[in-house]
Amino acid sequence: MFSAIFGSVEQGFIYALMALGVYLTFRVLDFPDLTVDGSFVTGAGTAAAMIVLGYHPAIATVVAILAGFLAGCMTGLLHTKGKINPLLSGILMMIALYSINLRIMGFTVENSVGRPNIPLMNSETLFSQFYSWWGSLGIDESINGFLTSLGIQYVPKTWGTVLIVAILIIIIKLVFDWFLKTEVGLAIRATGDNKKMIRSFSANTDILVILGLGLSNALVAFSGALIAQYTKAADIGLGIGMIVIGLASVIIGEAIFGTKTIVRTTLAVIAGAIIYRIVLALALRVEIMDPGDMKLITAVIVIIALILPQYFEKRREKSRKVKRHALRESKRLIKSKESENLA
Amino acid sequence: MLKINNINKIFNEGTADEKIALDQINLHLNIGDFVTVIGSNGAGKSTMLNMVSGALSPDFGQIMIDGNDVTKLPEFKRSRFIGRVFQDPMSGTAPTMTIEENLAIAYSRNKKRSLKVGVDKQRKEFFLHSLESLHLNLENRLNAKVGLLSGGERQALSLLMATFTKPSILLLDEHTAALDPSRAELITNLTEKLVKKDNLTTLMVTHNMQQALDLGNRLIMMDKGQIILEVEEKEKKNLTIEKLMEEFQRIRGEKFTSDRALLTS
Repeated sequence: MFSAIFGSVEQGFIYALMALGVYLTFRVLDFPDLTVDGSFVTGAGTAAAMIVLGYHPAIATVVAILAGFLAGCMTGLLHTKGKINPLLSGILMMIALYSINLRIMGFTVENSVGRPNIPLMNSETLFSQFYSWWGSLGIDESINGFLTSLGIQYVPKTWGTVLIVAILIIIIKLVFDWFLKTEVGLAIRATGDNKKMIRSFSANTDILVILGLGLSNALVAFSGALIAQYTKAADIGLGIGMIVIGLASVIIGEAIFGTKTIVRTTLAVIAGAIIYRIVLALALRVEIMDPGDMKLITAVIVIIALILPQYFEKRREKSRKVKRHALRESKRLIKSKESENLA
Repeated sequence: MLKINNINKIFNEGTADEKIALDQINLHLNIGDFVTVIGSNGAGKSTMLNMVSGALSPDFGQIMIDGNDVTKLPEFKRSRFIGRVFQDPMSGTAPTMTIEENLAIAYSRNKKRSLKVGVDKQRKEFFLHSLESLHLNLENRLNAKVGLLSGGERQALSLLMATFTKPSILLLDEHTAALDPSRAELITNLTEKLVKKDNLTTLMVTHNMQQALDLGNRLIMMDKGQIILEVEEKEKKNLTIEKLMEEFQRIRGEKFTSDRALLTS
C-alpha cells in the first residue's frame, strides 16, 4: 500500500511535466491539442532509442525534448498556415506520430524499420546514473534506519528519486512561471485570451500559437523521456489517453487549489498530476480491478473531476442566495418597524 | 499622415448577396487631423477603418501611412503604428490578464517582444503615472483582472493602451456606442484629451451626430460605400445637425434614415 502510493508520487512528479504542457495549450492558449498522445511516445521512444544506440542519457533526453518541440510546431503549422481546425490538427499529428514513433524506435534494429517497444533494463539511464551517486551518500540507509527505529515498517527503497524529480519539477515550474510573465509569454497568454486584441498590438498570433504548441509538446516529450527511463521501457502504446490524463491533472488541480494567479495554477496542476496518480493507484488496488481497466478508471476520474465542482458551485451559490435573502428580509423588517415607530 | 487612394471592396462578389462596400474611396489625412466619419448603417464606415487597420484588404487601391505603401502589410505588422479602439469593450483588452499585464502588452507594441519580464519596476511607474491621468482610480488596481472592470473602465483602458505608444494613426470604431450616456461622455472627453496631448492623427467612426460635430477638425459623411460629403475645418465650426440633414437630403434626394444614428447627444 505504502510503496504503491510512494511510487505514484514519484511518477506524479514526472507526469506533472506533461500536465504543465497540457495546461499551456488547453488553458493558456485555449487550444485543445491532441498531439500529446503522440508526442509523449516521441519523447519516450527518442530517448530510449538513443540510449540503446549508446548516447549519453542526458543527450538522449535533450534530443527527445527537441523532437517534441518539432511535433508541436507541426501541429501549430497545420492549424495556422493550413487553416485546419485545432482538434483536427492535433488528431492528424497524433496519428502521423504513431508511424513516426515506430520508425524512431526502429533505428535500434538493423533488419526492420519499425519497432513497437524498447526495453532499457540493462541500459544506463539518468536515474541509474543518479542512483550510483546517490547510493554512495548513504542517505537512504540513515533515513530508513531512523524510520524503522520509530516503528514504521514500510520504508521506500530510495528517497533519491522522489527528491530529484521534485527538485526538477520545481525548477521547471519556476521557469514556466517566469516565461509567462515575459513579453513573449504575455503575448502568448493574450493570444489565448483575445486574438483580436493582441493582433491590434502588433503580435503575430500564428507564430505565438506555433511557439506555444512547440513548448507544450517539448514538456510532454520531456515527461515521456523521463517515464521511459524511470520504468525502463518505451512502448508505442504508452501515449494512449495521455491527453485525458493531462486534462485530469489540470482539472483536479484547479478544482482543489484554485486558479487565482499563474503561480498558484501551475502549482495546482503539479499537485493535480500527483493526486491523479495516487487515486489511480488506490483504485487499482481494489481486488476486482485489472491494470487493463486503467483507462476506464481514468475516464471515470475525469468525469467526476468535471462534474463535482459544478455540483459544489451550485450548492455554494444556493447557500449564498439564502443568506443574502435572509439579510434583505431582516433589513426590510427593521425598516418597516422603524416606519411604524415614526408613525 | 494617412492616404487612402481609390479603394474598392465588394463582398460576396458574383453571388446573390453581392454588396459594394467601398466604391472609389479617396481620403487624405494630414498630421494632426482628427476626422469624424458619419453615415447610415452599411455605408462602409467600419469597412473603411478595417482597410486601414489591415483586418480587411481592398480589392483595388492603395493605402499609405507616413509615405509608405502598407496595402500588402499584414494586420499585425501595421498595428505597430496604428492604435485601435473597438466598439465592444470586450475586444480591446485581455480579460483574464491584469491591468498592468494588459498595459505591458500595449507598451511592447512598437518594440520587438523579448524574454524580458513584461512588467518591471520602471514600467510599473510609467503605467501608474499613465493610469492616474484617467482619474478612474485604476492606478490602485494594477493587479486586478481586466475582466472585472466595467465597460466604461475597460474602454478608458483600451483608449490609453491604444494611444500611449503615440501611434501614427488612431482608429476609433464607434468606441462609445456600447456605453451608457454618462460613461460615453467620459470616454468622449478622454478621447479629446488624449488625442490633443500627442496631436494624434485620428479617424473616428460614430453614430452620434453631436459627437461627430463636437470632436475633430474635419468631418466626412458616407453613404452606400461612397464619401458623399467632406466638411473642412472652417465650415465644421458652424455646422449643426439640421444643416447636415439638409445637406444629405440635397445630395441624395432622400431623407437620412438610420435606426442607430443618434440625432441628439
